[in-house]
Amino acid sequence: MPKTYEPIATTTLGSAQSTVTLSSIPSTYTDLIIISQPKSTATEGIVYIQFNSIGGTSYSSTYVYGSGSSASSGRRTNSGLGVIAENAYATSTAGATTFVTQVFNYANTTTFKTWLSRGNRTDSQGTEAMVGLCRDTSAINSVSFAIGGTTFAAGSVFSIYGIKAA
Amino acid sequence: MANTFIKIASVAVGAGGAATMVFSSIPATYTDLVVKVSARSTSSSGDCQIVLNGSGGTAYSGKLLYGDGAGALSASNSGVAQMSWGAGAINRSTTTSSTFCNTDVYIPNYTSSNFKSVSTDSVEENNATQAYSQLAGSLWANSAAITSITLSPSGGGNFVQYSTATLYGIKNS
Repeated sequence: MPKTYEPIATTTLGSAQSTVTLSSIPSTYTDLIIISQPKSTATEGIVYIQFNSIGGTSYSSTYVYGSGSSASSGRRTNSGLGVIAENAYATSTAGATTFVTQVFNYANTTTFKTWLSRGNRTDSQGTEAMVGLCRDTSAINSVSFAIGGTTFAAGSVFSIYGIKAA
Repeated sequence: MANTFIKIASVAVGAGGAATMVFSSIPATYTDLVVKVSARSTSSSGDCQIVLNGSGGTAYSGKLLYGDGAGALSASNSGVAQMSWGAGAINRSTTTSSTFCNTDVYIPNYTSSNFKSVSTDSVEENNATQAYSQLAGSLWANSAAITSITLSPSGGGNFVQYSTATLYGIKNS
């Protein structure tokens, strides 16, 4: 029986931080799932994702979003950071924002890395699905999160799990 | 090694159907909960809703993004007595027979003292012009730990026989 959906790392912030990094991710799994409930010290802030400190213009992403009254789609390209939700921002309301992010085949050293993310902010804004690309072939061994224009508040939770195909 | 993605309980609807599928006495020993639903309703309308801890009131809200085969749409509600789209779309009596919805419900940090948010991905396929793919985010503005989850068709009626729901616990340590 393979060991799968195993916890790799988790952090619950005890104080405000501008970035959060989950590091030393082993290459022993097939896929990663990241569950995050970030809380903002400001009213709201967009949540960025970064693999292995890779920057430059490596990231692109496409979203489909429901505001509660209309549906929309958009994308960004050649970005220095990825985003896990373009519209469903982290909010100052504890527990109101949930992100479920899947990173596929993260340990291979041949292909660029992609992620699929679901973001929900239900106290306002809406619900969203995001696909992203990081144009880098290195195995992912760390995942960092940042928040636009503000800091993550104490109580923000980030957990990462490993999924094994065999 | 942590015990994670462990089945806590499952419900299978028998002959005669059932108005609800209920998970009760949910232990507080996990970090997150996942519910996998395969269901069909005797009603000709509605979705599959969730009530937590048997609590109605006005503390629920939701945002919905869905495609119906013709376009992409969005809806919302607030101050309601249930997560209207918490368990997603459900195959109704008017859809292709023997077809059941597939729904994935993720509930993070269900024992925390924060408000509880729920992420739902769902499909209700139908060999006709109209079918539904739904993404929903729902909020229960309550700080209580979740100890029970009740699923029911929002259009009234019952879950039909062979509808199933399974609750899993995920632990981050």
